[in-house]
Amino acid sequence: MAADGAAVPLVVVRGVVNRFGTQVVHDGLDMAVERGEIFGIVGGSGSGKSVLLRTILGLQRPRAGSVAIEGRELTQLHGGELRAVKRTYGVTFQHGALISSLTVAENVELPLREACALGAVPLAGLAALKIGLVGLPGDAGPKYPAQLSGGMVKRAALARALALDPQLLFLDEPTSGLDPIAAAAFDELLLYLRRTLSLTVVMVTHDLDSIYRTCDRVGVIVDGRMISDTLAAIVDNPHPWIQEYFHGARGRAARRQ
Amino acid sequence: MYLESRTIDGGRELRASGAWRVSHADELARAVAEADIGSAPVTLDASGLEALDLTGAYFLHQLELRLAAAGVASTWRGARPETLAFTAGLIDAAPAGHHARPPAEPLGLLGRWTVQQGGAVREALEFLGRIQFVLASALVRPRRFRFQSVVRHVYETGIQAIPIVALIAFLISVIVAYIGAEELRQFGGEVYVVDLVTISVLRELGVLLTAIIVAGRSGSAFTAEIGVMRLNEEVDALRAMGVNVVEVLVLPRILGLMIALPLLAVIADAMGLAGGAVLAWLVLDIPFSQFMARMQEAIATTTFWAGLLKAPVFAFVIAMIGTFRGLQVRESSRELGRLTTVAVVESIFMVLFVDAVFAVIYWETDF
Repeated sequence: MAADGAAVPLVVVRGVVNRFGTQVVHDGLDMAVERGEIFGIVGGSGSGKSVLLRTILGLQRPRAGSVAIEGRELTQLHGGELRAVKRTYGVTFQHGALISSLTVAENVELPLREACALGAVPLAGLAALKIGLVGLPGDAGPKYPAQLSGGMVKRAALARALALDPQLLFLDEPTSGLDPIAAAAFDELLLYLRRTLSLTVVMVTHDLDSIYRTCDRVGVIVDGRMISDTLAAIVDNPHPWIQEYFHGARGRAARRQ
Repeated sequence: MYLESRTIDGGRELRASGAWRVSHADELARAVAEADIGSAPVTLDASGLEALDLTGAYFLHQLELRLAAAGVASTWRGARPETLAFTAGLIDAAPAGHHARPPAEPLGLLGRWTVQQGGAVREALEFLGRIQFVLASALVRPRRFRFQSVVRHVYETGIQAIPIVALIAFLISVIVAYIGAEELRQFGGEVYVVDLVTISVLRELGVLLTAIIVAGRSGSAFTAEIGVMRLNEEVDALRAMGVNVVEVLVLPRILGLMIALPLLAVIADAMGLAGGAVLAWLVLDIPFSQFMARMQEAIATTTFWAGLLKAPVFAFVIAMIGTFRGLQVRESSRELGRLTTVAVVESIFMVLFVDAVFAVIYWETDF
């Protein structure tokens, strides 16, 4: 660990521009995520939350700007180096994106299988460990994704994201489509994992309850740029969309809790 | 070295060192498997650990379990690493069970297979019945034919297939004419190449090749389209809206293909004859005029119709199998791939089977 590693934020996005045809999605967007925090990305539909996430993950090259994870410039990397960076973080997608022809246990084993040469017994053991870690029952392992409920799919996807013990986790709408009780349980799971594994979490979410419960800082995408601040400060930001978001009927209800 | 065994003050010690991380998982697995367990009590030392993640802790726990299984008493020098305690707690709470599948029994497998096949035949008959029912009710109310949809399928399965069908028909007919010419030349009967090409193309090859190309091209597309709609719950959505799935998804494809395939077969016939004529002219020096004259003698009008009559039947078989298999897709993308393969194989087999039935019927009726 370099001594200056702690000073530089874990994820740094600088001046990212994304454009599709004439439609400008990001126009010089900046973002920084510190080690150990849970950072929430919010924004209206079509504001480019998913595009931003795809850009950070290296699935999409921005027209301009840079993305750095642990000080390594993603937009400059190719092939093997990029793959090495991709193994340092875990990702869950909005609909789980579990491989439907593999069981839950095989899904969790998949990244391990690709990354290292392990026998069947340690692979099964490590998969069972991660499945237990995210609070799935032991009999979930041999099931196929289609046999799981929505909440279990989200947990299984999280187990797969945690397969390579990443320090950094990206979650795309982790609580969407869950009932309030399951969503609250997922929030608690996230806080528990952050506490026990000292994770850094970047999550795209629409769930106000989840934001209030888990996020340390929030970045709001408005007009192609990001306004980020601590949760306590961002609710007082004068931008009309942010005011509407946090002080509309739903925002007030979530805040009261 | 991740694990070393040494003797300190007369006591045995296992010292873990280095980064016990997922990135070295295979080396950790080996180190733990090859660790010198011995039998004397051992002290475990984690003071040399640079890093320990959950995967590393898993292997450290495996070491503890190996020692325990061998009846070797072990104590930690200093505190047991926190991550290890956490991991061990998780593993003990949910023991990793090996879910062995029950061994396959031949008789049981045969029974299950028989029941499955019986069920599949029943389903297929039910599906055929539903198609006929919808067709009958559409005859009463023509609005239910979904003309727009039918036109789209005629375009996609017919017009877009013209180039490939034309090319293959031309080439096959050239091949048949060439091989025929080689053989017939020995008897000085080169002119009978015309008979060979025209009869085989018009009665069999034109329509059969077209049907096989269409089965591969459009039968698979039907299964894939409807299969993806099933995976996306679009089919369920249509059902919930009270829409008849057979009427909307199946019938337009069947009707569209029953219109497109005969038209393609006509094009294949024409291209096949053209291929024969070109080869006859280039290789056998039979001019086009002589080819035409000889063709008039060789064939009757029934030769053309005997081929074309089969086209709509082939189309029905291909479209029905494609849509039927598409609607069977459930749960996973692998299922989609499997059923698409099944649909293509079955429709090509059924096309050839139906062709054989036609051959017998034509033989018996002297058509």
